[in-house]
Formats: sequence, C-alpha cells, structure tokens
Amino acid sequence: MFIDPSAVETARFIAGQLAHGALVTLQITFFAQIVVVVMSFVIALMRLSPWRAVRWVATVYVEILRGISALVLLFYLFFILPLFGISLSPMTTGVLGLGLTFSAYGSEIVRSALSNVSQGQRDALRALDFDSVTAFRRIVLPQALPFMLPPMGNQLVELLKTTSLVSLITLTDLTFAGGQLITTLGQQTLIWSIVLVCYFVMAWPLSWLVKRYELRVTAWRQGNTV
Amino acid sequence: MNFDYAFAWSIVPELFQGLLVTVQVVVLGFLLAVVMGLVLAIAQLSAMTVIRRASSGYLSFFRNTPLMVQLYVLFFALPLAGITLPALSTGVIGLGLYYGAYIAEAFRGAIEGVPKGQWEAARALDFDSSTTWQRIVLPQALKPMLPVLGNYLIGMFKETPLLAVITIPELFQAAKQIAGMTYRYNEPYTVMALMFLAISVPTSLLFKYIERRSHV
Repeated sequence: MFIDPSAVETARFIAGQLAHGALVTLQITFFAQIVVVVMSFVIALMRLSPWRAVRWVATVYVEILRGISALVLLFYLFFILPLFGISLSPMTTGVLGLGLTFSAYGSEIVRSALSNVSQGQRDALRALDFDSVTAFRRIVLPQALPFMLPPMGNQLVELLKTTSLVSLITLTDLTFAGGQLITTLGQQTLIWSIVLVCYFVMAWPLSWLVKRYELRVTAWRQGNTV
Repeated sequence: MNFDYAFAWSIVPELFQGLLVTVQVVVLGFLLAVVMGLVLAIAQLSAMTVIRRASSGYLSFFRNTPLMVQLYVLFFALPLAGITLPALSTGVIGLGLYYGAYIAEAFRGAIEGVPKGQWEAARALDFDSSTTWQRIVLPQALKPMLPVLGNYLIGMFKETPLLAVITIPELFQAAKQIAGMTYRYNEPYTVMALMFLAISVPTSLLFKYIERRSHV
C-alpha cells in the first residue's frame, strides 16, 4: 500500500494532540483521586462519629453531592463562584468538582468497609486499651482495606471516564483535544472513535487489575471464613 | 452577587420544559438499558463461547469509555451509516447502550444468586429453557434487583446533562441557553440544581424505603 507523506504528517499531528490531552486527563484523574480519598475518609469518619451534629453534616454533604450531577456541580463552581468573588482556575474547578462528587460515593464505600470490621475486634481493642489512632491504623484499617479497594478501584475507572466532562469547562483534556482536532480536520466519526479507544486503553488495564485483586480477596476471604 | 428571585421564578416554566425532556429520555433510556442488560446477562451465561466472548467485549468496551464520547460517536456515526434519527432518539440509544452494560452485570449477579437447586428442579421437571427462565429464574432474580435498578435509574437521571452536547433540549441545555441569552448564570444554574435535587433525593429515599421493606 502506498503511504502518503501528508497522511503520516496528519497522523502524527493527531497522535501528538491526543497524547497531550491524555496527559491532562491523567493529571486531573490523579489530583481528583487524592481529593476523593481524603474526603471519603473524612466524611466516612464523620458519619461514624458519636456526635449527632457531625453525623448530620456528613449526611447532608453526601445526599446533596449525590443528588446533583457532576456536570452541574462543575458548572456551578465554574460560573457561579466567580460571581461571589471566588475565581478558581479551570484545573482547580475540575479537580474539586469531580473530587467532591466522587467523594460522596467514596465515603459510602469507606464507611461500609469500616463497619465491616467485626464487633469482636472492636471489643478486643477496648480490652487491650489501644488508643483510637493506633487502633484505627493497626487493626481497623488493615482489615477494612481489602473490602474497600475493589469498589474504590472501580470508582477510579469511573472517575477517569468522568473527567471527559472537564472539556466543557475549557480544560484541554483528551475529549477537548478530540473536539479541537475535529474543528481543524473534520472527520468527526473517525476522531471520536480514536478518542474512545484512547479512553479504553487507559481505563481497561485498571479495570483488569481491580478484577484480579477482587478475585484474590474473595479467595482469601473464603479461605478465612470456611 | 444578588439572586433575583423574580427572574428565577420567571425562568421556571422554560426550565420545566427541559426537565420534561430529561424525564422522557431517562424513562425511555432506562427501558432500553434494562432490555439490553437482560440480553447481555443471558448472553454471558450462554453455552456458546462466541456469544459469551461477544457480550464480554461489549461490556468491557462500554464500561471503560466515557458516555460523552460514546454519544459523540453515535451522533456522528449513525448518519454515516445511513440512519438519521432525531437527537432525542440518539440520546435514548446512547443511554440505553451504556447503562445496559452496567445493568447486565447486576442482572448476572442476581441470576447467579438463584440457587442451583432451582435450575436442577426445573430440569428434573422437564421444563424447556424459556419456561425455566420466565417462570423460575427471572422472577426470583428480579426481586433483589429492584433497589439496584433504582440506583441506576437515579444515576442515569444525573448523567442526562451530557445529552446537551448532542443538542438535546433537556434541562441543562435549557439552563445554559437562558444563561447565554441573559448573561445571568446564578439563577438558571441554581434553579436547575434545585430541580435535580427535587427529583433525585426523593427518588433515592423511595428506593431506600423499598429496599428496607423488602428485607423485612
């Protein structure tokens, strides 16, 4: 087959643009995931707190963030906050918006994993007079982690996919790069299909890892209980 | 920045029109997703390797790519294939195909949750396979699935703002249009967020209630 040098040039141009976009996508995913992990733990611990007011604040946080869609929250942060004199860069808006939305779901994962640690273990902690920080770090968390990681991993895949929303608030992520390529080259179906494949290439290995880990944990758990 | 209540009130009818479109797309998309999910789940349990592989491929592709980009592809690719549909139908198809992949997994879990003895009993009584599915397996699998389906329904409702990117005049698009025309962002987006909450919070409470009742 005859290869047209201009076609090679175009292909290289497309690859370069998309690679740059993919990098931004990974960056946003990474920073948003940090927000997710931190806030998930904070909110989960608040929901397990003995004080009713703290529990109530955390519940409202979760219900509101789960009730509004990520895109609505992003637009709210992007367009409304500046009216109150708070201007965030698109990157911060994207990271915060996605991080907060996903933390509402993440906190439920953390909470249910933490409450999965058996009552006997908790009683033992009290009997052995562990202080609460040591107890959490050495006993509760290591036992809760295997329950937490698979759903957290699945959520990370969702987060990676959902970062495509930030293209609508002017961030130059993978989806945005696709849109830009289409304004210069046309070829909507081709380019959107390539973008789709790019996302798949990034997300699929993650999903695969999660699945493998889940199988191992299940095997371990069954070995433990049977 | 002040919040103009009179203006906010005046745009409610227009946003409500958008909300109606949103609800319409969600309901139709959900029905399609349930059908797709059921078909894919049964395909996953098929005895034929080709069918199992094909459905696994479908599941992993649709679950590992963003809905927004899928919508773009559908929107531009369908006309190329000679299929011209109104944007609304494209949106319904997009939501249905995407959520079908998630609902399939839930269906499969629920079907596998039906005790093996039930299958064996059906075989012992010489039921043919469609009777086994319709009368024995599905009725038992569906009940515990209701809350899960409810969560997907709410999830879907919250994904609908994405449909604005393929020009469907749903709630988000309506709010964006008002904001673009009046240069007032506060009121349209706030009213939109409240409308989302007004639907999704009660629905989520309703499904929690159903879940609790079905446990008792």
